[in-house]
Amino acid sequence: MTSLPTATTGKKLGLVIDLDICVGCHACAVICKEWNTGGHMAPLTDVNAYEAGQYGVWFNRVHAYEVVAEGGGQTVHFPRSCLHCENAACVTVCPTGASYKRSEDGIVLIDEHKCIGCKLCSWACPYGAREYDDQVGVMKKCTLCIDRIYNENLEEIDRVPACVSTCPAGARHFGDHGDPDSKVSKLVAERQGYDLMPEMGYAPTNKYLPPRPKRDFAQTDGPTELAAMPNADQPLLRWVDRLLSR
Amino acid sequence: MHPAYSVIFFTTASGAGYGMMVWLPVLLGLGWIPTDRYFGLTGFAIAFGLVTAGLLSSTFHLGRPERAWRALSQWRSSWLSREGVVAILTYIPTGLFGLAWVFLDEINLGLGLLGAALCLITVYCTAMIYASLKTIHAWCNAWTIAGYMAFAMMTSALAVNALDQLWRFGETTRFGPLVLIALAIGYAVKLGYWRYIDTTRSASDAGTATGLGGLGKVQLFEGPHTEENYLNKEMGFRVARKHAKRLRRIARLLAFELPSLLIILSLTTPGPIGSTAAVIAFILGAIGIVVERWLFFAEAKHVVNLYYGATTA
Repeated sequence: MTSLPTATTGKKLGLVIDLDICVGCHACAVICKEWNTGGHMAPLTDVNAYEAGQYGVWFNRVHAYEVVAEGGGQTVHFPRSCLHCENAACVTVCPTGASYKRSEDGIVLIDEHKCIGCKLCSWACPYGAREYDDQVGVMKKCTLCIDRIYNENLEEIDRVPACVSTCPAGARHFGDHGDPDSKVSKLVAERQGYDLMPEMGYAPTNKYLPPRPKRDFAQTDGPTELAAMPNADQPLLRWVDRLLSR
Repeated sequence: MHPAYSVIFFTTASGAGYGMMVWLPVLLGLGWIPTDRYFGLTGFAIAFGLVTAGLLSSTFHLGRPERAWRALSQWRSSWLSREGVVAILTYIPTGLFGLAWVFLDEINLGLGLLGAALCLITVYCTAMIYASLKTIHAWCNAWTIAGYMAFAMMTSALAVNALDQLWRFGETTRFGPLVLIALAIGYAVKLGYWRYIDTTRSASDAGTATGLGGLGKVQLFEGPHTEENYLNKEMGFRVARKHAKRLRRIARLLAFELPSLLIILSLTTPGPIGSTAAVIAFILGAIGIVVERWLFFAEAKHVVNLYYGATTA
């Protein structure tokens, strides 16, 4: 049923992405592709993988933005994936019942055996979370690593989405946004985590933490000129310098 | 948005077909068109042909057409599903009306008008598929609904009028003025639509999409990939925007202005010239509405482009 669940457990599993910490290394996107091409929505196709015109399905895309402001600006790396919205229009527009939101934890999934590939869900999603797989003829999307987070074959510490497990900077967090005492809820409260495009009214579950205010922007008087190296014309000293510079 | 030919053909053809099935019983009730069963056969054959070809074509753009039947299940929430259900229900009264007319020579207006109502509901459902998408400012408005309804009634009026004029070639018929009114309404709606999308924009911008708007002006520094992905191909269609102005002029001319002039000609010079003009009006109108529909898709900007460098949507 593609109506949104009315009776829920109150559990809202999702991510918190810290834009202050993200370094834009794309590790989360790569491990997402790696895990999910063998996971619940497998395969994540790659067409023309080693030639021009490469395209394929990814659940996670990392953008980089310049935020231009007076007195300087900053570069912000911005991972983008499914936000598992509470008012998920991608679910309600689905004509077949393939798209659904789980009542037990709020995860938005696709039953790819029911999907007819009409693409309407991808039109309804403001966040570009759904990518069509033209090899299989069905829509695909982030599963919040449903096959990891409940997987009892994994160590408990590994029962988090692949993107969270791999982030080398610790910019990604996973937890229950429905529980005010959870780590993610506290982070959101502490750092003023926010929704993307709140004006759409989709009420995304995933939250983004803003970059912390910068202390000083670029110095106005420019870099200090280095003092010329003394005795640069003496071969012995040059050799010593080269040796010590290794 | 990427203008898929199958969807353009579906929305224009089925719109005209459903419109014809509205006009035929109404005009029969008014006594303005022939009650001849062969006229009925031709009219309904064209109408059902357009609707059925359109519906079939709409399944061509599916990734899994063999599962299309599943689309009838989610009418509680999905306008696409509602459209499918109502489209199929519509076949019952319209089919019975057509069969009774053609084979029993019996005109059951009650059945005809019930069918007409369902036809209008089907077109409304089609319009709502687009009008309910908050992600596309150019579609999420009442003009979209007015447009789908008006253009269905307009193209079908041209079609029924052309058929009537062919049937009674050179004779004076009574439908012309109504066709002119349908054209005028269609024209007004399209101009209103264009003015709306030209003067308003989505509440979302690159700032709200990233949530960084409060810190400064947000611009894309580096995209996530160097080749185009599904999102760029499906939602980032740009070809028509370059020619939007000229295409709008073509759509205006072919869909509204020339057909109106030709209908006026057919009204003022009854006879073979008038009848021929009515037929040409339909042909031009049909081409024009395809251009209009192509633009409807090509000019629509999806908010996801905000993540890929667009500043407004």
